Amino acid sequence: MNIFTKLFYLFRRCWKALRLFLILSGPGLVVMIADNDAGGITTYAATGAKYGYNFIWFLVALVPVAYFVQEMTVRLGAVTKRGHAEAIFENFGAFWGWFSLVDLVFCDWLTLITEFIGMTAALGIFGVPPWLTILGVIALMGFMVLNGRYWTWEKITMVFCLLNLIYIPAAFWVKPDTHAVLQGILPNLPGGKFDNQLFFFLMANIGTTIAPWMIFFQQSAVVDKGMTEKDIPFGKFDTLLGSVLTVVVAAFIIIVVGTVLPGVEIDDAAQASRMLMGSHGYAGTFMAIGLFDAGLLGAICISLASSWALGEIFGWAHSLNNKIKEAPWFYAAYFLALITAGGVVLIPGAPLVLITLFVQVVAVTLLPAALVFLILLLNDEKTMGEYRNTLFENIINIGIVSVIVVLSSLYAASALFPGLFS
Amino acid sequence: MFTNFMRKHFRKIHEINEKYATPSLVMSRPVKTCLLMLRCYLLLLVGLLLYKFISVLTA
Repeated sequence: MNIFTKLFYLFRRCWKALRLFLILSGPGLVVMIADNDAGGITTYAATGAKYGYNFIWFLVALVPVAYFVQEMTVRLGAVTKRGHAEAIFENFGAFWGWFSLVDLVFCDWLTLITEFIGMTAALGIFGVPPWLTILGVIALMGFMVLNGRYWTWEKITMVFCLLNLIYIPAAFWVKPDTHAVLQGILPNLPGGKFDNQLFFFLMANIGTTIAPWMIFFQQSAVVDKGMTEKDIPFGKFDTLLGSVLTVVVAAFIIIVVGTVLPGVEIDDAAQASRMLMGSHGYAGTFMAIGLFDAGLLGAICISLASSWALGEIFGWAHSLNNKIKEAPWFYAAYFLALITAGGVVLIPGAPLVLITLFVQVVAVTLLPAALVFLILLLNDEKTMGEYRNTLFENIINIGIVSVIVVLSSLYAASALFPGLFS
Repeated sequence: MFTNFMRKHFRKIHEINEKYATPSLVMSRPVKTCLLMLRCYLLLLVGLLLYKFISVLTA
């Protein structure tokens, strides 16, 4: 075989692998990019304004954190063909099952409200009234699921994931100091000293990296997509690519805000967008579009995470491949969550700030349990066989989970008692 | 109609409780320790939430 023939076969093999990856990719990319939801965008904007580019290296360090946790859901879903809620019920009994299910549904519903707050605030910048935003979002999300095919839903969602990259051109628009950005990638102490405020921002950024709904969503999505053991390598790569992209987007948000609004106190991402529009019209517009898209992606995944979990436990048909007539309860749960969460945002004088704070506390009651169950299940030889955690994976995962549990608990405590770290 | 709906769902919950009454995971010492620690952690969180709730009410 001459060199050209070898190259041709190599190209054909790579092309085939790429085509297979494009078919199998989805759950990892979607869950990771949706992780940058409306609340996440606010955290990154506030971080960028406070510490400039100096926080970027910390976000880069969060890539393996997100990857190692979410990768476990791929293996568990592909091997057991069960969602996380069902796996908890079956392996840990009804007590832990109900605790996880009720907590997940409640936590998801509260988070859904925060996504609607973000979306209405983002479109409010362009003069769209909140009721129209909510109605439009519910109609769009209804259209996405009612076609009765998981594949179509996933590909539409991927388009919104692509839109999430809008922060990248926004960053080029504001012309950041490239040398300073590159310095921010190198480990450093943001702000020059370790104080309570830095600790709070570290906790907030870790808190936005892993949320309980992500574990339930990705495992259920892997099952609904029909992935099997042989698809695990593609699922892992999908998750890795997603983890990198989510950090890239977060870093670019920090670059945009850190360049234009250094030292400004940011309460929410919509406020940052308005301020950006004052000096850099397009960057501010992109920021607002990105905020809406982030809220939409979050809402798409969160509402499905709850519906899938309820369907698994109550024995309803619960696949996006089912038509509405075949899975009425699954779709009823999906729309009920959306309509009620959207409705809360429209109530005049609703305690939206309190809800946003409460989400962090409720999430922390579920996150440690979901993570511990995940590690215990991944170590069960009877369930996982050759796909169980190796010693290396256990050391990494137990370390990551311990840090996440401690820091997210402290973050929740600081939300409950604001003076705790001041 | 509402009563029927509730009765049907309570029966379903009872069925689920029966179905998952016994955990299928082997309850080894490490698993039991993890679950005990999780219970303690949740009790602590609930305690904190209650404390916050009472202190807000009495303020």
